[in-house]
Amino acid sequence: MPSVSANPDSQTTIGRGWEHFPHDADVGILGHGATPAEAFEQAALALTGIVTDAEIAPSTRVGVTCEASDIELLLVEWLNAIIYEMAVRSMLFGRFEVKMTGTRLEAIMWGELIDQAKHLPASEPKGATYTALRVAQVSDGLWSAGCVIDV
Amino acid sequence: MDPARFTRIDETTWQIEPTGAMRVPGIIYAEEALIRAMDDKVYEQTANIATLPGIVKACYVMPDAHWGYGFPIGGVAAFDADDGGIVSAGGVGFDVSCGVRTMLTGLKVSDIESVQTSLADSLFSQIPAGLGSKGAITLDPLELVGMLQGGARWAIERGWGEARDLDRIEEGGQVAGAEPDHVSDRAKERQQREMGTLGSGNHYLEVQAVTEVFDKETAKDFGLKQEEVVVTIHCGSRGLGHQIGTEFLREMVTAAAEAGIALPDRELACAPIKSEVGQRYLGAMRAAINCALANREIIGHYARRVFGHFFPDVDLSLLFDVSHNTCNVETHEADGRSRELFVHRKGATRAFGPGHPDLPEALRKTGQPVLIGGSMGTGSYVLAGVATSEKKAFASACHGAGRAMSRHAALRKWSGRQIVDDLAERGILIRCPSARGVAEEAPGAYKDVGAVVLAAEEAGLARRVARLAPLICIKG
Repeated sequence: MPSVSANPDSQTTIGRGWEHFPHDADVGILGHGATPAEAFEQAALALTGIVTDAEIAPSTRVGVTCEASDIELLLVEWLNAIIYEMAVRSMLFGRFEVKMTGTRLEAIMWGELIDQAKHLPASEPKGATYTALRVAQVSDGLWSAGCVIDV
Repeated sequence: MDPARFTRIDETTWQIEPTGAMRVPGIIYAEEALIRAMDDKVYEQTANIATLPGIVKACYVMPDAHWGYGFPIGGVAAFDADDGGIVSAGGVGFDVSCGVRTMLTGLKVSDIESVQTSLADSLFSQIPAGLGSKGAITLDPLELVGMLQGGARWAIERGWGEARDLDRIEEGGQVAGAEPDHVSDRAKERQQREMGTLGSGNHYLEVQAVTEVFDKETAKDFGLKQEEVVVTIHCGSRGLGHQIGTEFLREMVTAAAEAGIALPDRELACAPIKSEVGQRYLGAMRAAINCALANREIIGHYARRVFGHFFPDVDLSLLFDVSHNTCNVETHEADGRSRELFVHRKGATRAFGPGHPDLPEALRKTGQPVLIGGSMGTGSYVLAGVATSEKKAFASACHGAGRAMSRHAALRKWSGRQIVDDLAERGILIRCPSARGVAEEAPGAYKDVGAVVLAAEEAGLARRVARLAPLICIKG
């Protein structure tokens, strides 16, 4: 079982939160929630958690939509969409609102421009991989979504 | 991994016998201790690659191997297009043409000591490093296409490099067959402001001292002298390569299914070389290789500029520039005949032996320099290609120390600040925008690079020429 990272959010709401799990070269992320959409939101926070532990101001709002042939591939699409927006806007995102209809996703994310002095960014995510990719209902009322991120 | 799972061919050759869907064996080159330390996933990933269509001879794995995605890091696999062979975006990786270059300064360690702190600060301020750093170069669409076609040659034409470098870069600094039209607008957009940036993670620029020479004659031919200073740069194709990897990985999942290829792991997504997707990927990937070659040439130029400020008479000359995430078309002997193969190296370095026709005249006698990055605390190595590597692993060698511990575990174990202080006491200056980034890259999180290169030498993949120890490390 992956070990839970030092993430206060993972302890504040029962059944909801995110964690990083170990991978030799890169970083595994997992989001948990009552619905797939919540698990996707938490996985997005885990993605941001690869870069920084700092708080991110919700100063700018960005909309994202993506689609895939199944829910696991949709997670990869979602994470790669965030990585792309981070890169081209030079931003970090700290709040996510995901709506899912089947394997189509619409999301709004809030964040701010990367500030090296404030965010002390560690590793840059290069892409979401299909390694350890899993989106599943792990128990009654709990969904998990995760994969390995290349950094 | 349990060594008992392998057929041991000799001291450093461990074979996974073909079973199930495996078309060829898997062969890992390493000492027993390194095999024991490897994750079982390396075994699984090696066996998975061996199932792919058109694979030739074996799936080879280098001594620094660790659990990757699809391919293990340290994996080498060659495919024959005429035999239904495939090209795999996962087999190249997201950071297309990530690689290393080493430049000679001719300076003594004692020349550096008096300016070490200001030199570290200047390099850190002049070379954009880390997420959120901004490159000084903005490319318009026309220039971007020129860069994707021209590689290091383009950078030199724009004044960010020197023409004499081209001989010392794989493919002469410009890989043929790049197709900028096959690179998406999104990938191009990600690269507009990223030329001349280091990136983050395990990427770095180091000022290093030559601390040990193993092969005097080759070291002399390479221009490496004990107690002299070199500059080594490790980075790749930045956002452009990442985006190309992301897009083609997705497309190849579908392409593989359409071609009837059963993937044991979706990350091994691939397409037949002789397919529209396969050809399109090759054109885009080669453009990304040129991007990485241009990027390292530009960063090398910045390093020259900073050194020129401190040492006006010093002339930094390029020893060599190698990539370790690529797919190259090469000619190799297989099954008693010369064949044109698509050689994937994922975290492995091409290592041509002496006399190879693709080496420049000056390196024909010695074999190709093989540059092995270690950790910021332990050191790096320069190796040289040997003739035996051709038969052992399509002329390939390891690429680094390889991680022994996840970033996650490293973060729990070390404090970045403490590492910076400890290394400073040992005379190694670290400059990094993030203390956490330093902790993730802690020297203790890596395998013993000395053991890895020794295993590579004993396995006949390359021979040790010199050991380098860091004096300054700029990390992203």
